[in-house]
Amino acid sequence: MELKEKLVSSFLAFEANVDTGNPIHDIRIEALKSFEAYGFPTKKLEAWKYTSLNSIIKNDFSIFPKKEVALEFRDVKKYFISDLDSYKIVFIDGVYSSHLSETTHDKIDVCLMSSALSQNRFKPVIDVYYNTVVKEDGMTALNTAFAKEGAYIYIPKNTAADKPIQIIHFSTGVDGAAMLQPRNLIVCEDNSEVTIIERHQNLSEKKVFTNSVTEMYAGNNAHIDYYKIQNDTDTSSLVDNTFTEQHNNSVCSVHTFAFGGEITRNNLNFYQKGQGIDSILNGVTILEGKTHVDHNTLVEHQEPNCESHQDYKGIFDEKSTGVFNGKIIVDQEAQKTNAFQSNNNILLSDKATVNSKPQLEIFADDVKCSHGCTIGQLDESALFYMRSRGIAIKEAKALLMYAFANNVLESVKIPQLKTRINKIIADKLGVNIGFDL
Amino acid sequence: MSKFTEDDLKKELETKEYEYGFYTDIESDTFPIGLNEDVVRAISKKKNEPQWMTDWRVDAFRIWSEMEEPEWANVNYTKPDFQAISYYSAPKKADPNKSLDDVDPELLATFEKLGISLDEQKKLSGVAVDVVVDSVSVATTFKKTLNEKGIIFCSISEAIQEHPELVKKYIGSIVPKTDNFYAALNSAVFTDGSFCYIPKGVRCPMELSTYFRINQGGTGQFERTLLVADKGSYVSYLEGCTAPSRDENQLHAAVVELIALDDAEIKYSTVQNWFPGNKEGKGGVFNFVTKRGLCETNAKISWTQVETGSAVTWKYPSCILKGANSVGEFYSIAVTNNFQQADTGTKMIHLGKNSKSTIISKGISAGKSQNSYRGLVQISPRAENARNFSQCDSLLMGNECGAHTFPYIEAKNKTAIIEHEATTSKIGEDQIFYCNQRGIDTEKAIALIVNGFSKEVLNKLPMEFAVEAQKLLEISLEGSVG
Repeated sequence: MELKEKLVSSFLAFEANVDTGNPIHDIRIEALKSFEAYGFPTKKLEAWKYTSLNSIIKNDFSIFPKKEVALEFRDVKKYFISDLDSYKIVFIDGVYSSHLSETTHDKIDVCLMSSALSQNRFKPVIDVYYNTVVKEDGMTALNTAFAKEGAYIYIPKNTAADKPIQIIHFSTGVDGAAMLQPRNLIVCEDNSEVTIIERHQNLSEKKVFTNSVTEMYAGNNAHIDYYKIQNDTDTSSLVDNTFTEQHNNSVCSVHTFAFGGEITRNNLNFYQKGQGIDSILNGVTILEGKTHVDHNTLVEHQEPNCESHQDYKGIFDEKSTGVFNGKIIVDQEAQKTNAFQSNNNILLSDKATVNSKPQLEIFADDVKCSHGCTIGQLDESALFYMRSRGIAIKEAKALLMYAFANNVLESVKIPQLKTRINKIIADKLGVNIGFDL
Repeated sequence: MSKFTEDDLKKELETKEYEYGFYTDIESDTFPIGLNEDVVRAISKKKNEPQWMTDWRVDAFRIWSEMEEPEWANVNYTKPDFQAISYYSAPKKADPNKSLDDVDPELLATFEKLGISLDEQKKLSGVAVDVVVDSVSVATTFKKTLNEKGIIFCSISEAIQEHPELVKKYIGSIVPKTDNFYAALNSAVFTDGSFCYIPKGVRCPMELSTYFRINQGGTGQFERTLLVADKGSYVSYLEGCTAPSRDENQLHAAVVELIALDDAEIKYSTVQNWFPGNKEGKGGVFNFVTKRGLCETNAKISWTQVETGSAVTWKYPSCILKGANSVGEFYSIAVTNNFQQADTGTKMIHLGKNSKSTIISKGISAGKSQNSYRGLVQISPRAENARNFSQCDSLLMGNECGAHTFPYIEAKNKTAIIEHEATTSKIGEDQIFYCNQRGIDTEKAIALIVNGFSKEVLNKLPMEFAVEAQKLLEISLEGSVG
């Protein structure tokens, strides 16, 4: 049975398990109808021109977790940034693990989407924000239809989260190939601040297909820092849909570190609905094998005096494929917009491919917008310089790659996270360069 | 001039009528409107074409009938009704054998209004002109001089009669009938166009030029240009287009095929100022053109275009860099004003080793117009050491227009070096202030800045055209800058 039919036919069974009296119930039914109409995206859609999900959706995924698995912290410690004092929301095969998590309701709410959707005291927030920022397409409609679990983070006015929040999704492969659909809602009221780290990790060799939707709302002067670590096994695929709505003088940054996974698709959307806003989109992609990463970004400038900065670096080896599809829209009202977009790529192998499509759509005249895109190689003379000074070629190459990605790596504000990312890169390149960047 | 404000400029621009909007009353031999296989056969018969050409056209028509009109471009327009167009319109007195002196004096007056008096050109500029009015080539100048060098420069219908082996070999080889909706339509119904063949090792001594002009109401212009530069040859080809003002939209769907064999070089320059519609956006020409060139080893094709006209422009002069060390260049200025829409750019397909391409695109949008750059740079796995540099700059004037960039960059070879950059901005107040401060009034300052903005492309035009292009820029933009 096709995955689409399977999903549609299991919807009734899914609904039976959740509270049908809830207003979310209607949203789900509508979303399922939309998904039936849209289906999975195909290469015929301009936005999916370079990424095909066909190889994934032909698999037979189990849609609901059947068995619960308990993991011991010591076994999965390495996937946490364990030296960082943080809140943790951990899911195993889509089910919340209270054992590994650390949540709070003290001043701020860091808890589960399932409780937020069912308990009355969260209703005012859910009513206002849930399913409002997301834009509907096949993948997001599917998520909305089946959404019941994920992270719920609410930071009230004039509050800063006292420590970063880690969201980690483990999959164990106990049910065979599994499809996961986490749904996150992050609401930051005026003058609030939060830092979030998200990671998806497959612990088995079984196929995992994650279709995640994150809605972020940043009120006036709110600050959100979001880090996504995508270093999964090559049997895992991820479609990450992140939607951010920003209001006056808010600053939101999303940093994506894509180092692995069979197919990774990042749909990153920013809607600027106020003045003085800054949106920052950074990404480092280092791939080898047959992996495929597609960064699809959208920044919509709707009001005057805002900025956006996009900086995506990619290094592609072996048969990997990298896609960058960035779009900046500047509406007619959005005068004095500064929007910058840069996409730099290095190809290390003849079998690797880069497809880049940086787009500008500008309807206002008093703006400064630019984009740049380059594809090239490591500088031979720089390599020779280092080798003539006794640095082995592997290390020399690694140094150049670090330098290439440094702009983005520098922007990581949590030292422990920066160390971790450097370590992941060093492991990937098989070098020990003996210093912290 | 004491104070020439932005509003004055805008007003002046809006009220500026299309200077070339006159209509010459020449008796035309026009087909009734509508398109079917019989019309295609009739065109072919009318032009006294050999059987293979008729079959080729009919085949193209069948392909076309099964195709759907594409919708992906960033333009909005009412689709032309293909059954409401007359597919053949020839000035009645046209006679392929007549000399320049026999040309209808009224027609000659038309050209004079356009400032391309054949006589004058012949004497002064040394440009050979193949003039196409409503699809049939009327007069070809300088044929003799070219003949001595072995250069064939004639209308495509003449070429079909006299050089069928060349036409048969190359027509449709770069832009096949199946290529796209408008190319298929053109293949079925093209009425005339130019054919040019430069023999081995010949350097064409003069700029070759064609002037297209849509005259008859309700006619579509479907011309076909085929240019073959044999090994080691060189040619510079100019193409200019104007159309009289008409209220209904006229369709122009041309196909241009360039073939540069080993070591050959083709320079193809276009100045296009088809009627853009009036300031309410009524009327104007739909310009849906397929232009493509093929470069063999060490060959070079350079496209230069200045686009100021047409209500809707949709064209991508492209280069297939098949041979090693081949070079493709694209220099473009696209100016849109009032309700004009332009979706233009280029495709550089790198297949050969060490192939190089350069793209410089300058878009200027004013009024309520939309100007898009859409381009593709593709490096195939075998194209070692391919190099591309692209630069797309947009200048916005007024807050009701739009500038868009849709570049596609696909690299499949690790030795490729690709650079792409694009900027969008308006004319800085500080720049104007700087000029004002030095006694240059605002209008002149703007002209200076726009000129500087487009200089890189204007410089690439042949002398004869550069002057005209600069004049065109002035007509289209004068006063729209804020």
